[in-house]
Amino acid sequence: MCAVRDLVKTYPATRGRRGAPAAPEIRATDSISLDVERGEIFGLLGPNGAGKSTLVRQLTGLMRPDSGSVEVLGHDLVRHPERASRLIGYLGQESTALDELTVALAAETTGRLRGLPVREARAERDAVLEELGLTALAGRPLKKLSGGQRRLACFAAALVGERPVLVLDEPTTGMDPVARRAVWAAVDRRRAERGATVLLVTHNVIEAETVLDRVAVLERGRVIACDTPAGLKEQVAGEVRVELVWRERAPLDVPEVAALRPSAQESGRRWVLRLGPDEARAAVAAVTGGAAFAALDDFTLATPSLEDVYLALGGDAADATKGLVKA
Amino acid sequence: MTSIIPARTAPSRVRPASGPAGPASPRTAPAPLAPRARLLPSLAAVYRAQLSRARVARIPLLFVATFQSVGIMILMRGVVDGGAEARAVVAGSSVLVVAFVALNLLAQYFGQLRASGGLDHYATLPVPPAAVVLGAAAAYASFTVPGTVFTAITGSVLFQLPLTHLWVLVAVVPLSGAALAGLGAALGLLAPRPELATLLGQLGMSAALLLGVLPAERLPGPVGWARDLLPSTYGVEALARSFDARPDWGLIAFFLAVCAAVGVLSLAVATWAYRRAAVR
Repeated sequence: MCAVRDLVKTYPATRGRRGAPAAPEIRATDSISLDVERGEIFGLLGPNGAGKSTLVRQLTGLMRPDSGSVEVLGHDLVRHPERASRLIGYLGQESTALDELTVALAAETTGRLRGLPVREARAERDAVLEELGLTALAGRPLKKLSGGQRRLACFAAALVGERPVLVLDEPTTGMDPVARRAVWAAVDRRRAERGATVLLVTHNVIEAETVLDRVAVLERGRVIACDTPAGLKEQVAGEVRVELVWRERAPLDVPEVAALRPSAQESGRRWVLRLGPDEARAAVAAVTGGAAFAALDDFTLATPSLEDVYLALGGDAADATKGLVKA
Repeated sequence: MTSIIPARTAPSRVRPASGPAGPASPRTAPAPLAPRARLLPSLAAVYRAQLSRARVARIPLLFVATFQSVGIMILMRGVVDGGAEARAVVAGSSVLVVAFVALNLLAQYFGQLRASGGLDHYATLPVPPAAVVLGAAAAYASFTVPGTVFTAITGSVLFQLPLTHLWVLVAVVPLSGAALAGLGAALGLLAPRPELATLLGQLGMSAALLLGVLPAERLPGPVGWARDLLPSTYGVEALARSFDARPDWGLIAFFLAVCAAVGVLSLAVATWAYRRAAVR
């Protein structure tokens, strides 16, 4: 339904200027191949700079790949990028084109520019605003809304004028839980009732686990894994995630704690360890008994999350902690 | 404007929908495309949306533009002594309002839209590029109407010119508006950085100010040629001639026709610039 083959896009090297250092050539997408099935909610997960947005820009016809093919619902979008807008509803990261419009006018205008006649555009506008709980804000300019509300209004605009494929680039950034639920309910409804396919860019692992059917993990322009969230987690199923938070600092004078240190990922007072079940049990026993317990503020044991999968796949640990969000 | 289904069928590597992934049946033919947005309805939608921005974003600037032009006329009253020069000053100041909004502000708007990624919004909708450019240009040209009319009337009273033929503004504002807005949009869309777009818009407006308001007879030769190249000049000339006791309508029509031709050309360039900016 949506097939991507060997997609390559390289940003050329830039020469340094005053105030801007030289940047080497960057392969933003490095021969990416993906298949998304019809009716699927497919996610692209990865830290900032992994190439997620570059990939969706190529899918939506905003950017021409250097090589490779993109085929959506039987249409070759590399050869005919202008068809993308007639197949795909796209929510980008920027709202500047709509910022000065009211919520209602933003949705209506977008619908009309998707080819709807006035009356239909207004009817769909009203239905979508109602569905997302935006009716009370309909008369307010986007500029005057909070970040999450503005994002929701842009999402509403993306839904007016139905398309069989939705491409959403971090749709829930800045939203409160109520707005997030409205977004996922709307996405689900379009899938259940109309068989819509959704391609979602996210760097939020919790969201990825709960809403996605399948997820491709991207790093440095490559797909390093692609499976269902459960399938990915099976790769690290034998492991347990142990999080230790020390009161001030780790009591390294305790031999058991010192022994754990090499396998811990440290960030301030917090240690994160991925251990086998027996090791985990031993580690917890060591830190909850004796001298170490006095220095311990908190600890948790959990089954691995997609973040652990990402780390286990060889994702750069420093990037992962910065780039992936767990809320 | 119906969709053209390509003769080529879907390539063999389309995979059938698998397992629990979805309720779909395997596809062999390309899916139908949603209709394109047609030129006029989408132009109207863009125009309406842009006009709605006026209240918050543009009206204060329109006041600035009008006061600037009125101020210039008051200043020039001490310099020119009626006759042809007074007509040129009033006409130049009136068209300057158009240049301020349509050229300068539109260049800034498109420059910022391009730099911030806002063009993506339009580029991912099936809307003809011309509709976006023309809709925005028409809206900006419309903002100038009250200021231009006010300036022209004030100037006519200040310099004791006849108000009889001011209806010529009905043609002058849209035609010079189209020419200047097209130029402004093209500058904004082609400038590699938004600051450059702002700078170019300001320069264009300064040119319209100096070359339009100063009486042509007093300009040195090369500057006079630059005056001939500037699209607003022909709007200024048409308006200035209409203040004559017995206007030469043939000449006025000629100037307006030049304005219209430049307008078509500059809007075509702006549309090309939009296409170029939208897909990188």
